[in-house]
Amino acid sequence: MYPKIDKPYGAGLLKLAETHPELVVIDADLSRACDTGDFAQKYPERYFNLGVTEANMIGVSAGLALSGKLVFSATFACFITQRVYDQVAISVAYMQNNVKLCGIEAALTSGSNGATHQSMMDLALMRALPNMRVYDPVDAVSLNAVMHYEADHPGPAYLRGIRKSGPAILDPAAAADPRKALILREGRDATVIASGIMLERALAAVDELAKTGIEVRVVALSCLKPIDEETILRCAAETGCIVSAENHTVIGGLGSAVSEVVGEACPVPVVKVGIHDAFGEVGSAEYLAEKFRIGVPDILAAVNKAVELKKK
Amino acid sequence: MTNNDWSQDEILDLKKKCLEVRRNILDLTFYGSSSHLGGSLSSVEILTCLLFRIMSINPDLPQWGKRDRLVISKGHAAPGMYAVMAARGFFPAEELKTFGKSGTRLQKHLDMHKLPGIDASSGSLGQGLSIAAGMALADRMDGKERFTYVLMGDGEMQEGQIWEAALTAAQHKLDKIIAFVDDNQMQVDGFTKDILNVEPLVQKWESFGWHVQRIDGSDVEQILKAAALAKSVQGKPHVIIADTIKGKGFDFMELQVEWHSRGLTEDEYRSAVNQLAAAEAVLTAQTGKGA
Repeated sequence: MYPKIDKPYGAGLLKLAETHPELVVIDADLSRACDTGDFAQKYPERYFNLGVTEANMIGVSAGLALSGKLVFSATFACFITQRVYDQVAISVAYMQNNVKLCGIEAALTSGSNGATHQSMMDLALMRALPNMRVYDPVDAVSLNAVMHYEADHPGPAYLRGIRKSGPAILDPAAAADPRKALILREGRDATVIASGIMLERALAAVDELAKTGIEVRVVALSCLKPIDEETILRCAAETGCIVSAENHTVIGGLGSAVSEVVGEACPVPVVKVGIHDAFGEVGSAEYLAEKFRIGVPDILAAVNKAVELKKK
Repeated sequence: MTNNDWSQDEILDLKKKCLEVRRNILDLTFYGSSSHLGGSLSSVEILTCLLFRIMSINPDLPQWGKRDRLVISKGHAAPGMYAVMAARGFFPAEELKTFGKSGTRLQKHLDMHKLPGIDASSGSLGQGLSIAAGMALADRMDGKERFTYVLMGDGEMQEGQIWEAALTAAQHKLDKIIAFVDDNQMQVDGFTKDILNVEPLVQKWESFGWHVQRIDGSDVEQILKAAALAKSVQGKPHVIIADTIKGKGFDFMELQVEWHSRGLTEDEYRSAVNQLAAAEAVLTAQTGKGA
């Protein structure tokens, strides 16, 4: 459907290393999952694998940042957020350290490992922290843009990574500023705002809806905080209802963020597609999408519901 | 002021500084806000030796790029740190009276963004040694020869992250880290040995690959000697287990659990000031009689 980009996180680090001599890369025994091997090989003096010490990893990253380093630290999304929340809150967010936390295999993309490894609430946790910028990149192009933006903007950030390979959906020039939500399809009947892996599903869903005469706008949103309020409010005003689509619990993630924006400035129906207050389990991507209601049919149903709500 | 030789008069001066710092702590808590007195008083000698003698710092340039750094991992020793910083000239002693009050720079736990001279914010225990390890790694990458000092508590040894950081510092042979454990034997709820025993600390740290010393942490000369020895030993990070006394300096506070965080009444404040004056008189009588 879309061309794939190999190892987007690892490739981004290699690119940044050339322009940012202060870059340091940190792992916690998951370098293969994080695709950092090439970086480690090319820049061994700027790379530290700290072993299975996630809490310590956050502190070491903070100490490096306090010494002027630009630190990218990665492990599974569940471990770099919920496992070490106080360390991230105090050693990174409160101290405003220049640490970029990358969560690999977020939520249901960790299908093979099951519930303990599926970070259903990572974005909610990170979004609640002052000083923290939060990203769920919609594709490898967006992930690359996020990494470059963050490398040039000191301060804490959390980004979901993409393991092994990721699709290239966005036009790199249009996606250069990752804070901007991008309108990929025009439509007047409803807006689907999608983050992370849900963008591909949203695009597939609106293609289906177009066949039934429902014209749906699609917005690719990679930056949950600070969120692009202007684009969200414009879509709310112009299409009258919104569907959010996220690979994350509907408590505190994209759907909540969108609701917060429209609720205060342009109240319209917001129907949330996401995981409904549940831990996960093992399974294929297709199985998990169906079981946890984040598949294409769920977006279709949500759009129909939103359009109906709009009429009331 | 980083040489390793000192005269007895210098030791006497440091002891007098410690009394001044204790007076600052009394004022800070009496005029400011109730504080963690016990664990601040036990760390007075360590912090005074660090800021006045051991560390290379400049109070006029708190962000000086070549300064030695200090991570107060036991962030509730903030009153002790403020008291030493004021004595060292980082800010006027008068400001100590704002401690813990609305709008103050002197938060109950250290905030690096409010008060210049604090190298890392702290207050949630267990995080400082990891931060120091990151600092030391960065210094090595940058070819900086400076030292990173850490102050931890014995209760803090119960935090698992400390031991993750201990592994990391040993793995990377971070011999520019000199950590102090202010071992006052007590934590919030009582004696450490009764709640969750952390001993034997010397064997624990040695087995983690550290260069370990155990000293009387109320003896400034032993503190100076231990720091000097630590600087001379290469290839391992250093920990100095400093046996101290919680509430040190005031007879009604020493080793009393209630003084972890309670405030002073007016009578207690006056009694404490009198005890400091008596100690000062003893030191003054010794002046000039040193070797």
